Amino acid sequence: MRRPVVRRPTMRWPAMRWPAMRWPAMKRPVLRWPGPARFGARPATRRSLRSYVGSPLQLLLLACSFALAGYAGVRLLADDWFAVALWFVGAAVLHDLVLVPLYAGADRALTGALDRVGRREWTLYVRVPAALSALLLLVWFPLVTGQVADHYRSATGLPGDGFLARWLLITAVLFGGSAALLVLRTWRTARSDRLRRAAKERPPAAH
Amino acid sequence: MPRSPSSPAFWRSPVRGPWFTAVLGVVLLGGITVLFVTGLVSYAAYNPDLSPVNDKTPDKGLLGFYLFSWPTGPVWLYRLTQGVHVTLGVVLVPVLLAKLWSVVPKLFALPPARSLAHALERISLLLLVGGGLFEFTTGILNVQLDYVFPGSFYPLHFYGAWVFFAAFVAHAVLKMPAALRALRHPHDEQGDLVAPEPAEPTVSRRGALGVVGGGSLLLFVTTAGRSFDGPLRRTALLTPHGGPEPGGGPAGFQINKTAASRGISASETTEEAWRLVVRGRGRTVRLSRSDLLGLPLHSAALPIACVEGWSTSDQWWRGVRLRDLAALVGYEPQTAPDVLVESLQRHGAFRSAALRDNQVRDPRSLLALYVNGAPLTPDHGHPARVIVPAAPGVLNTKWVARMTFGDL
Repeated sequence: MRRPVVRRPTMRWPAMRWPAMRWPAMKRPVLRWPGPARFGARPATRRSLRSYVGSPLQLLLLACSFALAGYAGVRLLADDWFAVALWFVGAAVLHDLVLVPLYAGADRALTGALDRVGRREWTLYVRVPAALSALLLLVWFPLVTGQVADHYRSATGLPGDGFLARWLLITAVLFGGSAALLVLRTWRTARSDRLRRAAKERPPAAH
Repeated sequence: MPRSPSSPAFWRSPVRGPWFTAVLGVVLLGGITVLFVTGLVSYAAYNPDLSPVNDKTPDKGLLGFYLFSWPTGPVWLYRLTQGVHVTLGVVLVPVLLAKLWSVVPKLFALPPARSLAHALERISLLLLVGGGLFEFTTGILNVQLDYVFPGSFYPLHFYGAWVFFAAFVAHAVLKMPAALRALRHPHDEQGDLVAPEPAEPTVSRRGALGVVGGGSLLLFVTTAGRSFDGPLRRTALLTPHGGPEPGGGPAGFQINKTAASRGISASETTEEAWRLVVRGRGRTVRLSRSDLLGLPLHSAALPIACVEGWSTSDQWWRGVRLRDLAALVGYEPQTAPDVLVESLQRHGAFRSAALRDNQVRDPRSLLALYVNGAPLTPDHGHPARVIVPAAPGVLNTKWVARMTFGDL
């Protein structure tokens, strides 16, 4: 006869699943900045000097980086410092505050619109060709818009006005290919649904 | 929904997270390192320390520490390094954009600085992001001949690269531990990149990477063909110097600058009007085109490779060896010196160019009179042009008027 197994109580943690495996936003440790020192009162928490300054190795690395950037930077800015600085900073500002909100907004509008008409599964089939086409336009816009067409033709002896047509053609192929994939997928899903229904309705085979 | 981008809950995409950023970061670490090295190589290929006419950055100082005599072989050397530089730069655009998108919540994170080191790191990030976008933008505009940037391309792209690279190295070192951790534990998604209240996913993280890779692939297949002649060039659909060749026949290969665009008139290149002036050791020799045809002619199969990243396959050039021209003014061919080559061209950055002695002495370096069996056309430099193995295209001076041999 086997002895009954005595089970020890075990500690059970609530299932930690992504994305709950993090502190809630409110309970995150927050760095408290010490307030103005009051006479005769010790601040409850005091940050060490190290926490104000940061890692010395990191400071050394950044100092070296700034020294090199400065050495090259004064040469970069030597001719037309204002315009170059404007381009340098403007590139970052234009990207972060104009381009990103623009394409993120367009994407949100697209997903929202497809959600409303109940076609969420279409999102990628519109998003991917649109993103690829926009990428080509972003990289080659001087040629595609034709703003350098005359200069390009006179310098290289090549026609400078065919780029818009080629970009439109590539865009059409991208959207066409995407639409074909979507039709194929819809057809396959419908067919497998039909087969499954047919299998259910069939009388069970005798065993 | 919180309205302020400084609130973590403002950012909803479930794709953002340390793994996604780390993968893109590692791709850029490799890619941008190759871009920087091939860029420095291209800078050296101009031999900027040889003569002021080759040097668009005379105040480079220590940044030219690594310069060396550019070799003449293998003949496809510059074609390869510069083709890689430009094609890779174009191909990395979607990776750069995706990387910046993946970390954009950090731009708005509060407090702006937790410590002095953190404040300096954020200033360095402005150099990183601004510098990266500046380098990609100036490069991509330059290959499309859209010179809207403030100044000459050479100093902007060269000094900009050093500013960017300084910030890039610091960033790579500081972020390497976090990136390695994220790559080792791809399912351990924690940190301030992860959306606390993610929206319902429309694409997986791998799917999003696939879209980025697809963008790179699309740019690659519509760009890479411009480094080859014939049917491959036709695949470069949206790229400058892609598509069909200019005309057919022996002269049907790529032209950097046409004769008309450089103001070369037919009247100054006739047999009667044009003379090549060769100087050196106090002597001056004047040669007509028929005088040149009377000298020993040699052949060489050499490509043309442009700083803009396009190149041609080998063309069959025939003409007088540069070292034989040096011999006309009294130098031994085997010990010929440097040469300053001046064009009929009146304007343009490289209307004169200096070649180093190793380039002059190479038996494949020619003052070409024929290409692919036919006399040069005006657009390819008639009456005579320089062609040197492995040199950047602009050092292969067209419409040559004067050659001055001697130590520069």
